[in-house]
Amino acid sequence: MSILIDSDTTFIVQGITGREAVNLTRECLDYGTGAKVVGGVTPGRLGRDVHGVPVFDTVAQAVAHHRAPIDGSVVTVPPAFTKDAVFEAIENGVKLIVIVTERIPRRDVAEMVELATLRGARIIGPNCLGIIVPDVIKMGGIGGPAKNAAQAYTPGPIGVISRSGGMTTEMSSTLSAAGLGQSTAVSIGGDAIIGSSYAELMPLFEADEQTQGIVIYTEPGGRMEAELARWVTEKDSRLPIVAFMAGRFMDEMPGMSFGHAGTIVEGKEDTASEKIARLAQAGITVAERIEDIPEMIRAKIAERSAA
Amino acid sequence: MRKDGTFIAVAVEDGAAADAELARKLTEACPVDIFAQGAGGELEIVQDNLDECVLCRLCLDASPPNTLSVIKLYDGDAVLA
Amino acid sequence: MRFFEYEAREVVKRAGIPVTDYGFTTDAAEAREIAQRIDGPTVIKSQVLSGGRMKAGGVKFADTPEEAESHAREILQLEIAGHMPRGVLVDPKAEVEQEYYAGVVWDGIRKQPVMIFSPVGGIDIEQVAEEQPEKVGRRHFSNILPLSDFEAKEVIAATGVTGSALNKLVPIVKRLAQLFVENDMVLAEINPLGRLADGSFVALDAHMDIENEARGRHKKLLADLGVGDEETRQAREATPFELAGEEVDSQDHRGVAGNVTEFDGNLGLVIGAGGGSLTLFDAVRAHGGKPANYCEIGGNPSVSKTCGLAKLVLQKPGVEQIAVMMSIVSNTRVDIVARGVIKACLELGHDPGEKIAIFRIPGAWEEEGFKILEKYGVDYADRSVSLNEAARRAVEKIGGASA
Repeated sequence: MSILIDSDTTFIVQGITGREAVNLTRECLDYGTGAKVVGGVTPGRLGRDVHGVPVFDTVAQAVAHHRAPIDGSVVTVPPAFTKDAVFEAIENGVKLIVIVTERIPRRDVAEMVELATLRGARIIGPNCLGIIVPDVIKMGGIGGPAKNAAQAYTPGPIGVISRSGGMTTEMSSTLSAAGLGQSTAVSIGGDAIIGSSYAELMPLFEADEQTQGIVIYTEPGGRMEAELARWVTEKDSRLPIVAFMAGRFMDEMPGMSFGHAGTIVEGKEDTASEKIARLAQAGITVAERIEDIPEMIRAKIAERSAA
Repeated sequence: MRKDGTFIAVAVEDGAAADAELARKLTEACPVDIFAQGAGGELEIVQDNLDECVLCRLCLDASPPNTLSVIKLYDGDAVLA
Repeated sequence: MRFFEYEAREVVKRAGIPVTDYGFTTDAAEAREIAQRIDGPTVIKSQVLSGGRMKAGGVKFADTPEEAESHAREILQLEIAGHMPRGVLVDPKAEVEQEYYAGVVWDGIRKQPVMIFSPVGGIDIEQVAEEQPEKVGRRHFSNILPLSDFEAKEVIAATGVTGSALNKLVPIVKRLAQLFVENDMVLAEINPLGRLADGSFVALDAHMDIENEARGRHKKLLADLGVGDEETRQAREATPFELAGEEVDSQDHRGVAGNVTEFDGNLGLVIGAGGGSLTLFDAVRAHGGKPANYCEIGGNPSVSKTCGLAKLVLQKPGVEQIAVMMSIVSNTRVDIVARGVIKACLELGHDPGEKIAIFRIPGAWEEEGFKILEKYGVDYADRSVSLNEAARRAVEKIGGASA
């Protein structure tokens, strides 16, 4: 199985006529068993089509055309319009929203997340590449064109969660090369406030029988790793976790932002070394090199199943 | 007419290059502005943009067969089919 | 982007929170005039963004306008933590009975703003939280529901404050929370918030930080405060090399080739993307390499932009070779980056095979990219070579490996 999406998941692309969105739509349609992209929304473009996907002015029109609730939406509209687009999706019954857009002020993100919570919807991102279930479906630009995605991702027992979109693919490719496929890989976004953190996705992986271990990519900045460490300790999770921490050099450079908007050392608690210590305390192995991850997670899974 | 960049060269038959309608189509088609139109509407190849070619073939689709070729100078002068 | 104290105080004042009758100036003679107008003892405060002004001699007390002028003259020339002051603030020396703290920040885990209040002000709130946790009140508030007075009341009352002080503090804390939200702040702090002899409250210092991503929707406020579009106010001012990097990145809208940070090593880096750059920079250092710079490429930049970045790095004094490395790309194209970096070498009269220590970018259009690299004799690696191993090879080549 998988988390969040499967071969039956229907979704729309908001902002579908944009250059990147057109590519993303093609990629999703081509990958795995072919995503069910049931519509696209760009105001003023009703009646067009993008790679055979009908375009509507509103989400409501897309839902009416589909004659059933739509599961998800990939939002790729400019930052100033993202909040409205996400509100529109949520108020039209969409339950899973992947926000690709970068540079959205965090007040807007917080408002979107709070409305989603009220309506029982979930947000992935912003500033993320989406979700992929190897050989089945991808929702978002993750892994790129179908051919490239198929090269990096293979089905298997590992859940991948990453603050960096590109590193989601790099790590999954390394796992695949070592014979460890992925149940689902999620690019959660690099901003200071995001819809779904590690700890918020863990219960889904915990409930997924296919998943036997978790690999995460993390960076300095924020307290999401502390939240994960707490979750793992409190819930006594069945899933072993291996983490990779990039940006260790940033500990020497407080106040400087590198890589992603949320990646900045602001206090003692969000340094790389502090996070590594916290993760280790919770029994999470922190890898120094990506190529060490496959053997580490394999050993941890073996250890758990022996116990 | 042929112009060479470092990695990419483009050659257009002289007869075709004089065709203003083809020049217009090519100028519109190329996403990296390798083609432009001169004062008389004739085709011009923009030297500075040759190496930006993304091998998309849109110029080949826009022109009659065998009038235009995109040459990969880094690949033994292989012609983009 | 952080605000200077004089700007933050203006924001506080506009929100209807009482402030002292201070004045800001860049001129010592004018400081004297402000002190004359205040007509009493004053505090002269250096306007720099770094902390520790008091210790550095950037805050001085004056009894007379003459004294205010001479302090201002001195402070205006005083560099603090590498920064010259923007000006000085001439502030009436208030007779404060007690100092309080009020602040608002984001909680990234709860995804809501949180009001923080303490009757112990004037010192770092983290220190109060550690030493007297019962004296610090915290309360999250909704991003969607309207903010209500009782929320401010609860956070104040939780610290044991009652009586008329409580009632006077409620509107101040509520307005601070509102200005935090309305102005897209990431930090809004009044510390100290002083209670005067007559029982009234006044903001004596303020710290504010506006989110860079939201600057576009606060153009009027920023213009009113005289903040220029070009001001970034990073923790460290951009070097000419870094500014040149920004220029390369802004030359066209295709992709990113920039976010350059200068270091003083011999190995130039042309690396990407966000997470890949962080990983690679760590890896180069772990193998004893000395990076000349940090940078990011991604989002499929043009050949000329990649070329511009590579040239900038190649021309940096002390750079012997460059390493071109990225995590597996799916949007950015291997062949386009290869063309860009090779072109940079050629245009500077270098042999790409000698100047490029290693090229490790697997992914989209790699077959085409590898053909280009082969033709120019550049040492390249595919995805079977890890980021870490690629970094090790680059360091080894440049002879900077530590055993």
